[in-house]
Amino acid sequence: MKGKPLVSIVTAGLSKFGKHEGLYARELFAEAVKEAFDRCPRLEPKRDIKAMFVGHMGEAYEHQGHTGAAIADWAGLLNIPATRTEAACASSGAALRSGVYAVLSGLADIVLVGGVEKMTHRTTAEVTEYLAMASDYPFEQWHGITFPGLYALMATAHMHKYGTTERQMAEVALKNHHHGTLNPKAHMQKEITVETALNSRPVATPLKLYDCSLITDGASCAIITKPELASKFTDQPVHIIGTGQASDTIGLYERQSLTSLQAAKLAAKTTYKMAEVTPEDLDVAEVHDCFTIAEIIAYEDLNFCPVGKGGALAETGETRLGGRLPVNTSGGLKAKGHPVGATGTAQAYEIYLQLTGQADRRQVKNAQVGLTHNVGGSGATATVHIYRSDQQ
Amino acid sequence: MTEAPFTIEQFYKFLAQGKLMAGKCAHCGKIHLPPRPLCDNCFHQTFTWMEIAGKGKLLTYTVIHVAPEQFQALAPYAVGIIELENGLKLPGMITDVPHDQLQIGMPLTIDFTACANAQSWPQWPRYCFKP
Repeated sequence: MKGKPLVSIVTAGLSKFGKHEGLYARELFAEAVKEAFDRCPRLEPKRDIKAMFVGHMGEAYEHQGHTGAAIADWAGLLNIPATRTEAACASSGAALRSGVYAVLSGLADIVLVGGVEKMTHRTTAEVTEYLAMASDYPFEQWHGITFPGLYALMATAHMHKYGTTERQMAEVALKNHHHGTLNPKAHMQKEITVETALNSRPVATPLKLYDCSLITDGASCAIITKPELASKFTDQPVHIIGTGQASDTIGLYERQSLTSLQAAKLAAKTTYKMAEVTPEDLDVAEVHDCFTIAEIIAYEDLNFCPVGKGGALAETGETRLGGRLPVNTSGGLKAKGHPVGATGTAQAYEIYLQLTGQADRRQVKNAQVGLTHNVGGSGATATVHIYRSDQQ
Repeated sequence: MTEAPFTIEQFYKFLAQGKLMAGKCAHCGKIHLPPRPLCDNCFHQTFTWMEIAGKGKLLTYTVIHVAPEQFQALAPYAVGIIELENGLKLPGMITDVPHDQLQIGMPLTIDFTACANAQSWPQWPRYCFKP
């Protein structure tokens, strides 16, 4: 059996991803929490949950900071220690990691981790501005470089260096949209064609509308505990057997490489080693496809393929459901949606479903080992986690 | 006379004077662009100013079509990352190049025309790159 359990997930929850008119983030989070509680009748939330970490990126969306406490209250957990974690799009990957710290420290034996973002009530121009806050202000935002712009800079460099094509990026969109049709909670549930993607309007060349993840409202959570306590709450725990996090320069321009994310590579290296797992052992993975090029770079950073071959891997079908290593069975950020603060634990939710055989039409057969890869900003933060089921 | 502080604000003040200035660590020699008050290599805090030639080559680029409100009047506009001497890099807008003629490796030069009026945070002068 691979890897010693560090902590165990006993339940998880996810709101419907999409447009939730008239709801505040805290109200949306309650939907995710309710599912997690309902899945775990042996848990008494007010008695058992000792601390909470919630990922939330932006005060600007709802003019609301200090979300840790507010969300704990709306989750029915008033008075527990509740802290917001912020690492841009990796905010809830960081929440999960903080939860692991808390459980392993012994200070809290049962911890709720999650994330939320409410975005769709803002205009695209406003969201573009708010997302850009995760990049360097004086040298990127100030010069009109947007978030898609940063990934576009990586895409241009990747195409030039390795011959990656716009069609290969479109294949990532096509796959993730297909997976989205199998996930009733995905924001977008329609098949697309490569031509639709290739002919969509430019956002930041070479990235087009269908290379970009969605502006989405959503919330996600998981409840983690010490492995020796897990059986008290569930017969189907999912163990986290590796965790890694790393940082890099906030400005893309200062990095050694424009075609890979060093933080992701470092976090992956730590995580694989801790989990005693190699990429060949993985059955399923959720990677941070905020843009199609990001999934291609993730394949390389996570050693799913040799450096420079991510575009080719996207074309083979090996990362599609039924392939050698299905990636983003949830639909990914591309089709499930990317409520930024919610994304990291939404990835963990998908792996939880896969490793407990609850992923319905998108179930990967006999999935036992899974990975999540959550990136903040243009790569200044990355968290990687590896999970395994008990049934091996 | 005390030396100007090694800060991002001072970097932009120099830009307003038409100078691209980096901070060089007096202890380990590392060149910081933008300047920093603490050397991330050796943790020393003594620096000297060093003028950087504004000529470089384009490492990567994109043409931005969907822009935040303050840049919408300019869209579509080109931005890129430019490699200067000593491996230093700076991002910025690229003007005076037809978008279909942007090419990795093309020579570009920093332009200070728009930097004439020294401003302060958060309204800094905005340099750009031209052929």
